[in-house]
Amino acid sequence: MFRKKLTGWDLLFNISFYTIFTLFALLCIFPFYYIFINTISANDLSTKGLILFYPRGIHFDNYLEIFKLKDIGRATLVTVSRTVIGTVGTVLCTSFVAYILSKKNLWKRKLWYRFFIITMYLNAGLIPWYMNMRMLGLTNNFFAYVIGVINPYNLVLVKTFVEGIPDSLEEAAEMDGAGTITVFFRVILPLSKPVLATIAVFTAVLQWNQFMDTLILMDDARLTTLQYVLWQFLNQSSSIARILQGSGAAAIIDPSRLLTPTSIKMTISIVVVFPIMVLYPIFQRYFVSGIMLGAVKG
Amino acid sequence: MKQKGFHLFLMLVPFIILVFLLNYLPLYHWRAVFYNYKPSLALTSDRFVGFDNFINLIGNKFQMERLFQVLANTFALSGLSMLTLPLAMFFAIFLSEIRCSPFKKVVQTLTTIPNFISWVLVYSVASSAFATNDGFVNRLLVQMGVIDQGISFLSSSNHVWIVQIAWYTWKSLGWSAIMYFAAMSNIDQELYGAAEVDGAGRFARIWHITIPSLVPTLFVMLVLNIANFVNYGFEQPFVFQNVMNQRYIETLDLFVYNQGIAGRNQAAAIIIGILKTFVSLVLVFSANGVSKLVRKESVF
Repeated sequence: MFRKKLTGWDLLFNISFYTIFTLFALLCIFPFYYIFINTISANDLSTKGLILFYPRGIHFDNYLEIFKLKDIGRATLVTVSRTVIGTVGTVLCTSFVAYILSKKNLWKRKLWYRFFIITMYLNAGLIPWYMNMRMLGLTNNFFAYVIGVINPYNLVLVKTFVEGIPDSLEEAAEMDGAGTITVFFRVILPLSKPVLATIAVFTAVLQWNQFMDTLILMDDARLTTLQYVLWQFLNQSSSIARILQGSGAAAIIDPSRLLTPTSIKMTISIVVVFPIMVLYPIFQRYFVSGIMLGAVKG
Repeated sequence: MKQKGFHLFLMLVPFIILVFLLNYLPLYHWRAVFYNYKPSLALTSDRFVGFDNFINLIGNKFQMERLFQVLANTFALSGLSMLTLPLAMFFAIFLSEIRCSPFKKVVQTLTTIPNFISWVLVYSVASSAFATNDGFVNRLLVQMGVIDQGISFLSSSNHVWIVQIAWYTWKSLGWSAIMYFAAMSNIDQELYGAAEVDGAGRFARIWHITIPSLVPTLFVMLVLNIANFVNYGFEQPFVFQNVMNQRYIETLDLFVYNQGIAGRNQAAAIIIGILKTFVSLVLVFSANGVSKLVRKESVF
């Protein structure tokens, strides 16, 4: 290989590419940094608008205080529960259904596969969906968050993967007297780890970010999620005032520690974005492999 | 053997029932369009009104005007988001021109993160950046003495579509580029070598080799976009809507919510929902047909 020396044009383009990409990356990350430094700075300085590029008067009381607010503690619990239960349920059920559907001798195999896949395009609309959930008793019910365990897109991904597992492995296990369920847990699940990790990370993000189901199905404040609380605070300052009144926050005299509506909004935002910021770089390859697998037609 | 197959089917039954209840049963509630539906009352025969709901919707001039605006908004937002599709391709092409691979990795990671945060959080970001009193931009401009008072960026009726597309692009651009990176890694590297020997410069190579290899991916994205033309998301316009911008931000999905859940016009909401389902099915199949015709391969 020989490398030609850089011409003036090359240099110009290199500089502009680096500049554009640095600016865009900053545009993506700076807002989160800005919110974060405001949550750890003295709250009175933050209110006056003095925290723009670096934190001042660093403290972490906002994070300690916010979980003492009753609504937010409970919303965190609900959000974590739905994410964990929903993800485990989806991964187990989707992979089980995908495994059964991959069996050549399944009775009416083609029909049942279509039965699941068609739901991609079946969208009855918001009101009929709401009427149906109400009829099934899934309004104001935690199960509504975690019951949608069969997602057709995930099903296609896992089924394609499972079909690539050599039949001989299953047959060997069946020779040893293992039933369908044992084969599923002992052979199929361990071998499908890469694709299961992919659907797990996508489902977890979806569950964590889900907002509409709370908005439409849940009146009960005990079933509120963090996303919904954040939206309420962004829209209705009255709901923040109510929460602050009941919290005894007024007992804090130091103005640099006193919770304000803005400090609450910002702190919840960081709580909501924190798991994604931390976990995304670690699981990035699973996300990327997900979009690659998805690009392959099912 | 046959018995085994039936045995397998029995294990599938609970899931068939679950999917039937959650995904098929809602269609049964379409019958509510023929009733005088109120959320708290059962659909009894004395509430049956036939096609009255359709006639009322078409006859209501005020509703129809709003509906045409809603259609315009949906088409504008979907259309504009389609125009931004090539951006992701150029993002990928130019980023891959950079030789420093740690820089590339960091840019890729940072620019894909916004795709994985919720629209509620995007709105939170928007308000901490652009709020009239305590947003970053207004504070900075006031402190620099450029303006005396904060500008109300978020509750403005100007350029609503462009602003929404800007947020949409901010959120999705980095992630959309991932597809093109994958497609680029499949390009035969010898092509570049041969082109270089022939004296092709950097831009000649991009123009004659890279872009033609990425066009099929761009085409697939375009087809997917056409299939979803009437489904410009619900959450984005929902979190960004306010009294000032509502006229231009209300999409079909948001209209259905505003009428049927927030408002009292369930009949109109159900009718629009049903029409949307049919239009969207037609779009899916025609987009697929176009894809079959052009690429001899279906997208779905």
